[in-house]
Amino acid sequence: MSIRGRVAIVGVGETAYYKHGRAPESEFALALRAILSACEDAGIDPRQVDGFASYSNDRNDPSRLAAALGLPELRFSNMQWGGGGGGGSAAVGNAAAAVAAGYADCVVVFRALAQGQFQRFGSAPPGGTVSGEAALTFPYGLISPAQRFAMRVMRFMHDHGVRPEAQRAIALASYHHAQSNPRAVMHGRPLSAEAYDASRWIVEPFRLYDCCMENDGAAALVLVAAERARDLRRPATYLLSVAQGSEYRNAARGHNAPTYASASFTTVAPHLWEMAGLGAKDVDVVQSYENFTGGVLMSLVEHGFFAPEEANEFLTFDNLIAPRGRLPLNTSGGNLAECYMHGLELQIEAVRQLRGQSTSQVESARVGLVISGPMVTPVSSMLLGTEDTL
Amino acid sequence: MSAPAFVLPPGMPRPVPEADQLDAPYWEGTRAGELRVQRCRACRGFQWGPEWICHRCLAFDLEWVAVAPRGRVYSWERAWHPVHPALREHGPYVVVLVELPEAGHVRMIGNLMGDPMQEVTIGASVEAVFEPHDDATPPFTLVQWKR
Repeated sequence: MSIRGRVAIVGVGETAYYKHGRAPESEFALALRAILSACEDAGIDPRQVDGFASYSNDRNDPSRLAAALGLPELRFSNMQWGGGGGGGSAAVGNAAAAVAAGYADCVVVFRALAQGQFQRFGSAPPGGTVSGEAALTFPYGLISPAQRFAMRVMRFMHDHGVRPEAQRAIALASYHHAQSNPRAVMHGRPLSAEAYDASRWIVEPFRLYDCCMENDGAAALVLVAAERARDLRRPATYLLSVAQGSEYRNAARGHNAPTYASASFTTVAPHLWEMAGLGAKDVDVVQSYENFTGGVLMSLVEHGFFAPEEANEFLTFDNLIAPRGRLPLNTSGGNLAECYMHGLELQIEAVRQLRGQSTSQVESARVGLVISGPMVTPVSSMLLGTEDTL
Repeated sequence: MSAPAFVLPPGMPRPVPEADQLDAPYWEGTRAGELRVQRCRACRGFQWGPEWICHRCLAFDLEWVAVAPRGRVYSWERAWHPVHPALREHGPYVVVLVELPEAGHVRMIGNLMGDPMQEVTIGASVEAVFEPHDDATPPFTLVQWKR
């Protein structure tokens, strides 16, 4: 038994995307607007929503959302454990499971961020002492997410002879796609290979453009059962599979994960393919969470698109861009250039591709992959398909 | 007397043992100039980071043992962007992940001493150097690494 083909994404929506700290209203209001936008896209009365799922300790409590929206009843509320963007696809999977199990009929997956109103990611928290995992890392200046993940990528690049140009191609593809996307924060701000090469180091092996932006905004998706989806206004986008987790002792403290040079998908990805009955060769377009480009690189390896030793050859700008690249990647601009909506903009872009609504459309896209949150634990990924993939 | 030389500037976050004391023997060890990790009394396997149970045999019977303070660079990074106020005027520094072949290949994190622009080689041999912060409240000792 699986959720394959049983649940569909029928509505997607987002607020305008803002630079970090520039949201004109509160984070909670942003969440409400994204949810209403997704319901409108679906043609569903918001009062029909009866569940919410999110991830990464989203601050916008489902009970408050239900009260604010005047929902007749709340039947499902769910928070995926773990930080970073690792829960993006898992939250969709959790919502789908609730629909398939009959816990709820219409579940919204959402994420809202207005970091200017709260503690910023990537900056050291105030206060003088640290304990636990942080005690082993912070005193040595190993503090931010970029610093936390750089050594995984450094080891991977060392082991497999991966060159910096492979990371660069990922950044250039995102920026290229953002130029066609009016929603993108970096729309109108193209990136050249020369500008990438001249950009400053954040932490080797990551330059400035290898690192995601920080942004304000909110995004949401509406899920219902497949049989109901067929009566709604948009072409339904079906979940073919979802998988989450991480490999053996991934969270061993102090960087003691046995499979260290990994995006954490080595055990997750096989479950994803098995549930869908598909393989990497069947995928038309990929949205892969860029906290850092090196994480995308390892994610694609672990999902079977190429062997580590083929990374230099596969990861070229031409291969990664829509409409006709070998594997069009992050076709809205993603976390690097559309918006760091903690990855949920990637789920929305995957839906738009399968509806034929992307601003960098891949011709006749039928199967889309979303990869969420490399190098954290748990991570997650999901496969979406059009009606004819069922 | 000149001020003690630390790899990173003053004002970095200061380590304290966890409230449940899980890692207290590690920090007591560094004060005594010892690099201590957990070892299971039942299956004799090394374990790091610290946990209440042995992940191999599930015995709640872990002791703390001093291990040879030497290892090999498993990975590294050179950090440039200052993410903590104490690092704002400091410039780049090197963080190394060191595996300890004589202690079950557990890994330790520290800074690589010397020129921050030095070439770093994965697999290079390194030795631990204890960096006491005696004037801190409470006092603590970091473990740094040198070639």
